[in-house]
Amino acid sequence: MKTTQILIAGFGGQGVLFAGKFLAYKGLVQDKQVSWLPSYGPEMRGGTANCSVILSDTPVGSPIITTPDVLVAMNLPSLQKFVNDVVPGGKIFIDSTLIDAKVERTDVQVFYIPATQIAKDAGFATLSNMVLMGKVMKECGAVSFEGNKETLESFIPAKKANLIDVNCKALQTGYDF
Amino acid sequence: MAERVLMKGNEAIAEAAIRAGCRHYFGYPITPQTEIAAYMAKKMPKIGGVFLQAESEIASINMVYGAAATGCRVMTSSSSPGISLKSEGLSYIAGSDVPALVVNVQRGGPGLGGIQPSQSDYFQATKGGGHGDYRMIVLAPASVQEMASLTIKGFNLADKYRMTSMILADGTIGQMMEPISFEDAEIENYEKPWALTGTNCERKHNIVNSLYLQPDQLEKTNFERYERYKVIEENEPMWEEYMMDDAEICVVAFGIASRVAKNAVVAARAEGIKVGLIRPITLWPFPTKALRAAADKCKAFVSVELNMGQMIEDVRLATECKRPVSLCNRAGGMIPSPEQVLESIRQAQKGE
Amino acid sequence: MAVVFEKPKALTDAVLHYCPGCPHGIIHRLVAEAIDELGIEGKTIGVAPVGCAVMAYDYFACDMIEAAHGRAPATATGIKRCRPESIVFTYQGDGDLASIGMAETVHAAARNENITVIFVNNAIYGMTGGQMAPTSLPGQVTQTSPYGRDVNHCGWPIKVSEMLATLEGPEYIARVAVNNVKNVKNAKKAIKKAFENQIAGKGFSLVEVVSACPTNWGMTPQKALEWVESDMLPYYPIGVYKDRTAAKEAEEK
Repeated sequence: MKTTQILIAGFGGQGVLFAGKFLAYKGLVQDKQVSWLPSYGPEMRGGTANCSVILSDTPVGSPIITTPDVLVAMNLPSLQKFVNDVVPGGKIFIDSTLIDAKVERTDVQVFYIPATQIAKDAGFATLSNMVLMGKVMKECGAVSFEGNKETLESFIPAKKANLIDVNCKALQTGYDF
Repeated sequence: MAERVLMKGNEAIAEAAIRAGCRHYFGYPITPQTEIAAYMAKKMPKIGGVFLQAESEIASINMVYGAAATGCRVMTSSSSPGISLKSEGLSYIAGSDVPALVVNVQRGGPGLGGIQPSQSDYFQATKGGGHGDYRMIVLAPASVQEMASLTIKGFNLADKYRMTSMILADGTIGQMMEPISFEDAEIENYEKPWALTGTNCERKHNIVNSLYLQPDQLEKTNFERYERYKVIEENEPMWEEYMMDDAEICVVAFGIASRVAKNAVVAARAEGIKVGLIRPITLWPFPTKALRAAADKCKAFVSVELNMGQMIEDVRLATECKRPVSLCNRAGGMIPSPEQVLESIRQAQKGE
Repeated sequence: MAVVFEKPKALTDAVLHYCPGCPHGIIHRLVAEAIDELGIEGKTIGVAPVGCAVMAYDYFACDMIEAAHGRAPATATGIKRCRPESIVFTYQGDGDLASIGMAETVHAAARNENITVIFVNNAIYGMTGGQMAPTSLPGQVTQTSPYGRDVNHCGWPIKVSEMLATLEGPEYIARVAVNNVKNVKNAKKAIKKAFENQIAGKGFSLVEVVSACPTNWGMTPQKALEWVESDMLPYYPIGVYKDRTAAKEAEEK
């Protein structure tokens, strides 16, 4: 019996909500109980955006995450806002291309991934979010890495199907980092 | 079992409505419910239905009134300030005894308030909102699956009792995605001899109307309507009980608040506190019997709400003030944490 | 003996409640005659307003609904969108249509909603006892403009037909009057055309009927009809303000 509460936060436009959606669909395909809750409103238009994803073997209670097991910070304000909410023993994933700061807490595991740079170098500059998700899946084990392509196919509309392969590549790059 | 799909709560309402046979939607944009309109705008033209964006909430509810009078399954959706504007039409719909489904994905108030989730329209939904003596059936979903199932139920109840069913949701459940499976919608069909279909010159004209200038006639109509409400209060209350078997403390919460409260109940049980949850699914009719029964065995109640304390009045009425009822709340778009609810449970246990 | 004059079938036997000398009875009759002549009573649904004509639902023999104040075009929209095969009309006064219901009126016109709107303009609120209407004339004395309508204080009367005619949407906008036999006959033609347009699927047709309110104007019925001619019609001239089909035909010629 396991429940993983994942908070993904960054700027609007970084693919925060999409990354969360991907994890939620992974959970769905793998017969987990899941919830996905976005922040909504004006912050969707370029301000901070975040989404809460819960993956669980038992029915999800509150979909609102106050103490995440996993924090994915894609910009500095997000890291500063949520770093102290992460449970002791939790994991923090940081896009170190965009965030210079180091986490001072010693009771959490921190992963610094230059996701933006990695994505840029690999030729899929807009997919730093998926690079991070690759790493998250590897380190957290909340959902298995298998079947990414099928998951993406299940919710990406047909007219954008050409993006599936490159998303898979970004996930793999993050996983291998 | 039908396939599980991930869906936003708002979209689940729209899809369920279509499956319930609704082919007419009239609305006006407002956050955080706009996904319902967007879904309808996309789907309705493809299935021979009508999506129409009205010039205002007032116009949209009056379009619903006209459509309902023809016997069609029809709906509108809005959020708190928009429901205030629709209240005129809600009163007319009640006074004319036509069925409709109205969705309120609540946000903080009063006034323009905010756009974050809230439950502060409890009074408006359960005690009126519009003018005159009337009721609406108020259904409070706590999951995306219930957004769908209660929408279908809402249409059936509206037709059965010739009145408005309101889905009283909130921004969280509207915006969140959860797995949902659509079973075949059970559509109940009711005869509608009162509907405006044209006389075909074969029958006396039907009149859909809420005007009664003779007070004795208006009184009679109101008494008859309340006889119908009595039947609803007897037959239609819905609620969920969670860990209530040996509970000494009873938490009462609906919608998103009940999800938070469940986490707190689990945490309190881990501390050895015998606590359970009653989750009203129908806010009107309120599950009075369940609360009254709980009052016989529980020593205290905690009402968890996203407002300044509205349902707590019904909890006190239902329990006839036999036990203390405390309030655990946040307002204005804030949501209580499970820790806050847990603390309220601890206080109730201590008798504070 | 040959019957030379009878009640239209589209009217019920209910006794009208209107004041002596009130032209509402005439206008009801014109609407009912049009319905009879077009043979559409069985598929017509009427929408009654709030105002003096609030109880029109008792007078028309077709299916009827009573709308909220000013919302008749929205209610009619809901009906028509559910039942495109029905003929849907509203019957509204000036307070209902041009004050509280102006948004519903304008937008139904802009959508070219395929309904027929009968707009009775008598420049006063009748049912509530003679208050200033959006169409009360400059200087007109009413209960709420006891010193005469001061346009600097409460603005100018609205010329609904002229205003709606500026919209792309509507099919047909006409103003008629019922103060003499000739005008009544022309009013009948316009009302019938407004229904014919709907039957042909042409869209929003509104007939503004300049009427009188002897009771609240404080005049005899005869004097009131004279006042329509001398004061109302100069401000609200009779005419067809928009006729898309006619304009198109003229262009083609």
